[in-house]
Amino acid sequence: MFSRRTLLKSAAGGGALAATSALLPAWARSATAGNKGIFELAGTEFDLTVGHSAVEIGGRAGHAITVNGTLPGPLLRFREGEKITLRVRNMLDESTSIHWHGLLVPFQMDGVPGVSFPGIAPRSTFTYEFAVPQSGTYWYHSHSGLQEQAGHYGPLIVDPAGEDPIKSDREYVLVLSDWSFDHPHKVFARLKKNNEVYNFQQRTAVDFVKDAGRIGLKGAIADRAMWGQMRMSATDISDATAAIYTYLINGHATADNWTAIFNPGECVRLRIINASAMTIFNFRIPGLPMTVVAADGLAVQPVETDEFQIGVAETYDVIVSPEKPRAFALVAEAIDRFGQVVATLAPEAGLVATAPLLRERPILTHKDMGMAAMDHGSMGDAPMAGMDHGAMAGMDHGAISGDAMAAEAMQEHDHKRGAGVDNVAMAPTNRLDEPGLGLENVPHRALRYSQLRSLTRNPDLRPPEREMEIHLTGNMERYMWSFDGVKFSAVDGPIIFNEGERLRVTLVNDTMMTHPIHLHGMFFDLVVDDSDFKPRKHTVNVKPGDKLSFDVTADHVGDWAFHCHLLFHMHAGMMQVVSVMPRKTAMLGAGDKPAISPAPDATKTDDHGGHH
Amino acid sequence: MRAPSIFALSVFMSTASGLPASAQGPLPAGEQAAAYWDADALAASRAALRKEHGAGVSYYVLADRLEYQSNDGSPTLLFDGQGWWGSDSNRLWIKSEIEYDFTADRFEEAELQALWSRPIARYFDVQTGVRHDFQSGAERTFGVVGVQGLAPYWFEIDAAIFVSGQGDVSARFEAEYDLLITQRLILQPRTELNFAVQDVEDAGAGSGLSTAELGLRLRYEFTRQLAPYVGVNWVRAVGDTADFARADGDDPGAVSLVAGVRLWF
Repeated sequence: MFSRRTLLKSAAGGGALAATSALLPAWARSATAGNKGIFELAGTEFDLTVGHSAVEIGGRAGHAITVNGTLPGPLLRFREGEKITLRVRNMLDESTSIHWHGLLVPFQMDGVPGVSFPGIAPRSTFTYEFAVPQSGTYWYHSHSGLQEQAGHYGPLIVDPAGEDPIKSDREYVLVLSDWSFDHPHKVFARLKKNNEVYNFQQRTAVDFVKDAGRIGLKGAIADRAMWGQMRMSATDISDATAAIYTYLINGHATADNWTAIFNPGECVRLRIINASAMTIFNFRIPGLPMTVVAADGLAVQPVETDEFQIGVAETYDVIVSPEKPRAFALVAEAIDRFGQVVATLAPEAGLVATAPLLRERPILTHKDMGMAAMDHGSMGDAPMAGMDHGAMAGMDHGAISGDAMAAEAMQEHDHKRGAGVDNVAMAPTNRLDEPGLGLENVPHRALRYSQLRSLTRNPDLRPPEREMEIHLTGNMERYMWSFDGVKFSAVDGPIIFNEGERLRVTLVNDTMMTHPIHLHGMFFDLVVDDSDFKPRKHTVNVKPGDKLSFDVTADHVGDWAFHCHLLFHMHAGMMQVVSVMPRKTAMLGAGDKPAISPAPDATKTDDHGGHH
Repeated sequence: MRAPSIFALSVFMSTASGLPASAQGPLPAGEQAAAYWDADALAASRAALRKEHGAGVSYYVLADRLEYQSNDGSPTLLFDGQGWWGSDSNRLWIKSEIEYDFTADRFEEAELQALWSRPIARYFDVQTGVRHDFQSGAERTFGVVGVQGLAPYWFEIDAAIFVSGQGDVSARFEAEYDLLITQRLILQPRTELNFAVQDVEDAGAGSGLSTAELGLRLRYEFTRQLAPYVGVNWVRAVGDTADFARADGDDPGAVSLVAGVRLWF
């Protein structure tokens, strides 16, 4: 939050501002520092250096791991189909990597140490070479350790080979991120010791009294008893919060007032990238409607909205057309609403948009527990008390009244349970038609996935020939995270896709947190309906108690990472490898259909990135 | 920068393992990158990746009660702490309780436990190990079996059975609850009950419920990790234990005002 006093201070402190700007890439420098448009590294050959840098965030000195010495890293810009060479020099004393998030590169160029290559050893140089069959707004980041949290990320734009279907007079990239002055490993370790260490929005005795006044004492007690019985917190929205983070837009804290310039009447394209380690944002520009024109890099049919929730690693392109010559606030508010970052969109440099007040924090509900179908009047009373998820197999159905728990609503759970799984969603619901936690009741439009439609027809219209279900699981108290109850460190082997296969993957969120789930190497069609224009994404926010599906074509042979993009969740084990096996060997995959004929071309194991 | 470059896939391919995948036969799922890169380097990075994603080792040190107790005019200093080191599935868990009597200038209690802790349920660990009491005159060693975790309604529970070298069996039950008055001001009721199966006169413990303790502490968390507090603590010996205490000239019950600090790292 910023006060008038800090504004005056930053406006007056020109020297400090200049010093800050020097640590930012040219494109991320504010209009007050001379940036009136987009600057970048463009072309086909790039030299990148990963190293340690001193940075200044909101007037405070910190240490970062950066690409080419700036936070965020340089904007890389190249063209669809062109052969790209990127030489990455590692100046660190530890291994590093760069993953090209959302780019369809050959898997050995995907940049995940231990999956696609061995990593970039200290003091060595690695050369990435690839061409991409796509265009749009993407980003890159380290896939080594927790380097991404320390600053190792940057934006990436691929210009279309032909005409851009998205027209604008001017464009800006907005890289949203979460900066911590504490070492990322320390932050993770603290969460492991006490998962509520950064939560200062818990429900207190004061809240209890307020609730009792609002819904009656009996209701307030029943509510607290229900949550207490489950040992779940209704305010467990974000693990790492503004208690530790300074949120950034293009490397600028609110006090640094990053500013984008527009001429009234212009169409301005904003390429918004959530490059955070742990923060899902609500993005809005009060007083200015946004037309969403691309999601995760790919063009969608334009849809106008006022706010959207952007999961970690997602990107949205929006067009805004400000008519009035005034300053607009670009607001990225953390999903838990404990903090936000504000930048300015103004007709001239030197203006500061008025930051909105933080809105009231969201509170989780039965729906977020995966009990939507059971959310009826009697819920607050007795039934919950007898419901121990650990012993759900023997659950007493008689305890739940009515038909709400009809057989079809009951979710099966044949995955591993144990100390690492504190909850299973008994009646998850498809929440693609909801805008995301806390945005259900905002007094304006909020984007839902169900509103998104691909601009072009989906490339593969075959119905899925195989289905699989993957559960997102965890234990908040122990700070353990996994897929299907098994941490990556303990999995038996990869998830097998067979080359050419059309699959339907259903994700069931058994936890009470929103998880941005990312599949490397393949765009998937989010099943919002049965149209041929499903939105194609590389990352999807799976809401608490959510059950959603995507269809995917396994057309890129190789091993691909598949994980929660909340960095600490991945670090705790919420990760897997998806192996797309060439058809010739597909029959070797355990438990797969044996009747796949060998592929005619036996050498077809390499690059599939160039054609799509 | 726009100058066209030569896209020489074969150049970097040759720096890798050499043979194309097809010549090596099918590569197993999860190891397909060995077609392009050095298999040993890849295997090492794969092992590191697994370890880094879920197999981490961490530690925790908590001074739950580090406090001065007025103890009816015979002030004592109390340390009650614990800590662990290990993975999600195996932890070395250390617990210690030390009580120093200023008036008598001696340790009333000096206990150290070393336990192996494993999760048995979502919110509970089972702990087995040894306990040693160091205080002079009552130096003893015990075997320990216990459970520790979070009970429904957010009660922190620690319950253990101790078997001494002499075969005496005793048990201890501790429960704590954190009531958030505000985000940082926290009221913590606490109880500790000690039981013994038989009289152990040396240790001053009688059979059945031997001592009961109730405490109420109000702390302020400047950070979650550092919280000074004030409170009141009531302890009462029961039955034979009370008689033993009286025989020793001690008061079987005491009410203390306490002031201390709770911290963890």
